[in-house]
Amino acid sequence: MKYTGKIWKFGDHVNTDLIIPARYINSSDPDFLAAHCMEDADPDFVKKLRPGDIIVAGENFGCGSSREHAPIAIKAAGIAGVVARSFARIFYRSAFNMGLPIFEARDLYDLVRDGDIIEVDGNAGTITIPGQEPRQLKIEPIPPFMQELIAAGGLLAYLKKRP
Amino acid sequence: MGMTITEKILAAHTDLEEVHPGMLINARVDIALGHDVTAPIAIAEFKKSGGRKVFDRGRVVLVADHFTPNKDIKSAQQVKIMRDFAREHKLAHYYEGGKAGVCHVLLPEQGIVLPGDLIIGADSHTCTYGALGAFATGVGSTDLAAAMLTGELWFRVPETIKIVLTGKLNKWVGGKDLILAIIGRIGVDGATYQAMEFTGETVGDLSMADRFTMANMVIEAGAKNGIFAPDAVTEEYVKYRAERDYTFYFPDPDAHYARVLEIDVSQIEPQVAFPHLPSHVKGLSRVGSVKIDQVFIGSCTNGRMEDLRLAAGILKGREVAPYVRLVVIPTTPEIYRTALAEGLFDIFLAAGAVIGPPTCGPCLGGHMGILADGERAVATTNRNFVGRMGHPGSEVYLANPAVAAASAVLGRIAGPDEIKGAHKL
Repeated sequence: MKYTGKIWKFGDHVNTDLIIPARYINSSDPDFLAAHCMEDADPDFVKKLRPGDIIVAGENFGCGSSREHAPIAIKAAGIAGVVARSFARIFYRSAFNMGLPIFEARDLYDLVRDGDIIEVDGNAGTITIPGQEPRQLKIEPIPPFMQELIAAGGLLAYLKKRP
Repeated sequence: MGMTITEKILAAHTDLEEVHPGMLINARVDIALGHDVTAPIAIAEFKKSGGRKVFDRGRVVLVADHFTPNKDIKSAQQVKIMRDFAREHKLAHYYEGGKAGVCHVLLPEQGIVLPGDLIIGADSHTCTYGALGAFATGVGSTDLAAAMLTGELWFRVPETIKIVLTGKLNKWVGGKDLILAIIGRIGVDGATYQAMEFTGETVGDLSMADRFTMANMVIEAGAKNGIFAPDAVTEEYVKYRAERDYTFYFPDPDAHYARVLEIDVSQIEPQVAFPHLPSHVKGLSRVGSVKIDQVFIGSCTNGRMEDLRLAAGILKGREVAPYVRLVVIPTTPEIYRTALAEGLFDIFLAAGAVIGPPTCGPCLGGHMGILADGERAVATTNRNFVGRMGHPGSEVYLANPAVAAASAVLGRIAGPDEIKGAHKL
């Protein structure tokens, strides 16, 4: 589980109403949801985004509703993953269940700015900030059960493989 | 080692004797719930994985409550996915149209969720049922698909925070104010991944409506579930509604708690959560003059009979302030009918309120009361995030139904004591 990309920074308590406002969840079409991802935080976010970019956020990312439309919108918008100081629990489990790789990193937030490039290596448990003085941070490794979910391709694929 | 109520219920739904915080378990699910926003994604996942049969047609519950009566073509398409699925799988509990209510009020009222149950719902406010002494938690749509298929789901056993409530409640203070005060104290991530167990002498004075309101909002502190030990009040509520047997679980005296929070409720006045977080809480006396454009009384947090009576007691013989819209939404058909029979509709209509059919509607900015740019609403709901009830430039203030009603009359955030003769019906 490795990805490298440009980062977009958001603050604390990025909630599901901000990730995908309720006025759009009368649909569950991933492309439609992706077109409105983070719209109320930054109306041009989706236009500026390149596939493979990474969201970096503060505490409690994904708090609020259980709507899986939120991780779906992020994934379908082409975001490679989310690195936050902490995640709200329903978002956390949904992201793994549907195969969006997310990581908790306490120290990254203050070390990076919008537009920086980072390398996230979930297997090695590191985030690298390249540059003249590259820095490497340790991240919480993904719990083994979550790794199995991701390897299987999500919760339902995992259940199917189970004897 | 002793177990908390949450740990006992989780253990009872596995083949294990005991469970403890941090353990990853697979547990049997008594009720799996979805609604018109989350169920269509779950149904798509269910089909994609080759699912042919739900694990138990009596235990998968689907409720069309968010954008219903269908507000547009897109939402109608979503509901159609749900009704087709319900019909195909002959689900015993499918609610739409005149049978539908806001799911977290409807399921306890109909005796579908009961003490001792393990309930999962693809809705964050599924935690409401913890008021009954059940383990209930919100999950995502993929989780719901897995539970519909297998009747089981994975859980990490949460640590428990014990919240001890002591003292007498002040006038106009209810469950809403207690939970807002607690969220204000611990923050919107103060209980992330944890269970909140409410206990203490004050609990006996809390009605089931108060307890539902409190358990409903534990997710606003990030909690996995909220729970009350069942008592005579619980028994009275469930005994005529239960469709099946139920079990009362109590914490062991030597249960382990991650932390203990003591709250003297006599120190708590009505609370108001300011934009844009449920933790931005102020006591009513510190609110100042905040002019408003709309009041919404309803939702899974405060749309029960007790809430409507409280609001009606303040609105009786009065009118809402000029240029204030008042939207009242009884949350289930039974509540709608009872409010009508008790004459509350006359009071609301005379006051100038709009009465809507049971729906989540305006709470999440769905329909039936959306805010424009710069508009302010007092709502008896649970979230006041940016854009929650409409335009990203609008504002939502969370309060109890008595404060909401008084605010409608005065056109600014106000307490019932500012209105002469306001009383409880």
